[in-house]
Amino acid sequence: MTETNSTELIRLSAAQLAAKLAAGEVTAVEVTQAHLDRIAAVDGGERGVNAFLHVNTEEALAVAAEVDAIRAAGGQAAEELHELAGVPIAVKDLIVTIGQPTTAGSKILEGWHSPYDATVVKKLRAAKMPILGKTNLDEFAMGSSTEHSAFGPTRNPWDLDRIPGGSGGGSAAAVAAFEAPLALGTDTGGSIRQPGAVTGTVGVKPTYGGVSRYGAIAMASSLDQIGPVSRTVLDSALLQQVIGGHDPHDSTSLPDPLGDLVAAARLGNVDGMKIGIIKELHGEGYQAGVENRFNESLELLKEAGAEIVEVSCPNFQYALGAYYLIMPSEASSNLAKFDGVRYGLRVLPEEPPLTIERVMGATRAAGFGDEVKRRIILGTYALSAGYYDAYYGSAQKVRTLIQRDFEAAFAKADVLISPTAPTTAFKLGEKLDDPLAMYLNDVATIPANMAGVPGLSLPGGLADEDGLPVGIQLLAPAREDARLYRVGAVLESLLEAKWGGPLLDKAPSLAELVETQEAK
Amino acid sequence: MSTDATLSFEEAMEKYDPVLGFEVHVELNTKTKMFSSAPNVFGDEPNTNVNEVDLGMPGVLPVVNKTAVESSIKIGLALNCKIAESCRFARKNYFYPDTPKNFQTSQYDEPIAYDGYLDIELEDGTVFRVEIERAHMEEDAGKLTHLGGSAGRIQGAEYSLVDYNRAGVPLVEIVTKPIEGAGSRAPELAKAYVAAVREIVKNLGVSDAKMERGNVRCDANVSLRPHGRERFGIRSETKNVNSLRAVEHAVRYEIQRHAAVLDSGEPVIQETRHWHEDTRTTTSGRAKSDADDYRYFPEPDLVPVVPSREWVEELRATLPEPPAERRKRLKQDWGYSDLEFRDVVNAGVLDEIEETIAAGATASVARKWWMGEIVGRAKNADVDPGQLGVTPATIVELSKMVEAGKINNKMASAVLDGVLAGEGTPAEVVEKRGLAVVSDDGPLLEAIDAALAAQPDVAEKIRGGKVQAIGAIVGGVMKATRGQADAGRVRELILEKLGVNV
Repeated sequence: MTETNSTELIRLSAAQLAAKLAAGEVTAVEVTQAHLDRIAAVDGGERGVNAFLHVNTEEALAVAAEVDAIRAAGGQAAEELHELAGVPIAVKDLIVTIGQPTTAGSKILEGWHSPYDATVVKKLRAAKMPILGKTNLDEFAMGSSTEHSAFGPTRNPWDLDRIPGGSGGGSAAAVAAFEAPLALGTDTGGSIRQPGAVTGTVGVKPTYGGVSRYGAIAMASSLDQIGPVSRTVLDSALLQQVIGGHDPHDSTSLPDPLGDLVAAARLGNVDGMKIGIIKELHGEGYQAGVENRFNESLELLKEAGAEIVEVSCPNFQYALGAYYLIMPSEASSNLAKFDGVRYGLRVLPEEPPLTIERVMGATRAAGFGDEVKRRIILGTYALSAGYYDAYYGSAQKVRTLIQRDFEAAFAKADVLISPTAPTTAFKLGEKLDDPLAMYLNDVATIPANMAGVPGLSLPGGLADEDGLPVGIQLLAPAREDARLYRVGAVLESLLEAKWGGPLLDKAPSLAELVETQEAK
Repeated sequence: MSTDATLSFEEAMEKYDPVLGFEVHVELNTKTKMFSSAPNVFGDEPNTNVNEVDLGMPGVLPVVNKTAVESSIKIGLALNCKIAESCRFARKNYFYPDTPKNFQTSQYDEPIAYDGYLDIELEDGTVFRVEIERAHMEEDAGKLTHLGGSAGRIQGAEYSLVDYNRAGVPLVEIVTKPIEGAGSRAPELAKAYVAAVREIVKNLGVSDAKMERGNVRCDANVSLRPHGRERFGIRSETKNVNSLRAVEHAVRYEIQRHAAVLDSGEPVIQETRHWHEDTRTTTSGRAKSDADDYRYFPEPDLVPVVPSREWVEELRATLPEPPAERRKRLKQDWGYSDLEFRDVVNAGVLDEIEETIAAGATASVARKWWMGEIVGRAKNADVDPGQLGVTPATIVELSKMVEAGKINNKMASAVLDGVLAGEGTPAEVVEKRGLAVVSDDGPLLEAIDAALAAQPDVAEKIRGGKVQAIGAIVGGVMKATRGQADAGRVRELILEKLGVNV
């Protein structure tokens, strides 16, 4: 295989790779090796993307070789291969895997190996998708920039001095930098969709319960959801179809499947559909270039036959505040298990006595970063006797109001639309000392988590003022993930036609990045 | 360890009125744990009955054990509780290494069963109603062993080992409302209440109910108030009182201790107390105050438990007869006196007697065999009477042989020994051991003559009307015939011979 072939391979979508693999035009080992080569070329070093915390070379190639062998042997086993067999994937390092470390981006889990696979990982293995490695994230998924990773920030392939979003910046950047065609993310308040928006990729937060959470290290159990990261809408549908479905290990997982998402993405149709603009989720506070691209998408949808209506969700203004009570409350309890007793880091206090409380304290003081500590303290406070009703209790009421807002909005529109994030990618370090400014980046993505409804972010073009990607968010009622794919696929093709091809083709620094690395 | 002052129980009762409350934890005997598929087995190698869920590994999620819910509903129904139409679990947050997640998944403000009662029968037959506040589901913690210090206590220990086999074992916690009006019978009521709960869960088959293994554990709350005052006093909570006797003793001791504190004019401290079986006293644990903030909130990893009314009614229909009602019925059916029946209950052979009667024995024969023959043998063998290996059929066969005069009672006892020794059925033992009542009067008369000749003074007494002296002669005859004579016939023949009419 020539260099050119390898470069071409990594630019193919998962669906295209699957077709070439099935046709025998390329082997799974070639595809996997091409991505491993790309990771080696662009991920490490001073100015590397740093999307991966661990690269799973040996196992990924072994799985690929197994797929090739099955395909070469032919017969029933070859016919029964999953459509995505041999298509490699990256996994956010919040999701546990046997045979690779899982860190959650934290010192407290450095070097820990899970004795079990997350349900989604089991499904990837069953589909024989080679796992390329584990991707970087804000520590325990707490952040919107991946700067809170204990293992250094991930860089945005569009501009290496900018953030790739967070918490799933590693997965989004890996896909944007052509290090992987697919990745898994987790989304508690926008951790799949906001990185998608700022890296020009597609990210989907499925309906709460649509994908098993078993094996995703919990931040906020009632908000967390695993979902796909990809470069095309169809690829996300293909991946969600693999990882979704009921799991007896997760009692919050939905009993019934969500329908044929791939067919929805392939058919794509908006004719006669009502698409609702959420009055509260655009305009003031949104970057002009973001607002322009958003309006452009509305025009394109209208031209394609959709009816654009305006809906109001008055309680969304309280969503961020309520989120920053519920999420830390649950997180403070979910993270209590990291105490140095059974696994992970154990730090002994410098001075005696050596009591269990002091070992736990020293371990947590040394093992957790500032943002994690901030949220644990917030949550512990919000749940405390005497404060519970005012904080956690009120926040749950707001949550109910947000759900009602969605119900009212979906009575008027089939799908809702908004910008995914109020701004394009900001500079590394820019908001690190201002947690509130950082939190505001998730203002448009949080309502979906609060209500459990599905959301999809897709690239909406480049902002006029900085030439960086803008994300468009689609929201559908719970269990109606198929609608997101149906509308998303249409908007994607309209935007590609308008921009003259996939947006990532316009990413300026990718070529430079490779050169920088090669020069070293 | 300082010794607290106490008043005598009588003096305490003169001055104060006790109010009790109990939290009884029942370990369910489900195959798997409350929230994981790991086995729920007692006594295995430490940390073998665990999986990633029990160890609180990153990423794990709980799943509710349906059988545990079923057992909890059964307990609720047996305690005359209402069963919640929907109830949630909550997290009780606290850092302690026996709790792998550093929170316990429990029920907080939404118990599965609530507002029930239990009628407790005291020894003299008085019935006392205990109101049940709630019965809720939760998971057990692991077991800590403190080493390197003295007597396994945490103070002074060098290190501690933790066994997570017990972590996640399903528990039902039964909480009473404050129990007022027991007066001086409070200690007796305490014991009877825990005994009744234990009996109910055993009868339901939902727990092994062995207190010595911690299957049933009791926390006893005690407070005192001066007679006539309505407001409760400050309570103490004595933790892990794990035998019926200890429950009685602990309540009695706490009443005496509280009385002394109140008499001295000091306030009682609200605290947990530890029970010491060796000294039959309690010592101060930790003070309970508002500082204990468990930051309860609804468990977001679990959906609410919603027992359908149909299911609850199905379970209600399968409930066994309540032990107290069953006892009432059996006592009446069998016609035992109060004393006889209580002895049977205390000996733990109620089921056995019922089965023996069902197999064809009369009530009095069944009682005679179990209480007269089997209980004593079981005690010597240090097993429960039911486990000695005597079947109802054996007893029926033996009693029929006696009735038919084939063997006498003494021989029947020997036959039972033979059966227990594995020599076969009663008929086979009789055959093998050559046991049969001598029914030919000839050899008996010879033996009687010899016995009368040997004890002329006794013979004279009997002739003179002191029939009760006959035992010595009968004994001599039985001895001479190596017990094979029918004692009744021997007696008749002696009286005949001496010309005494009775």
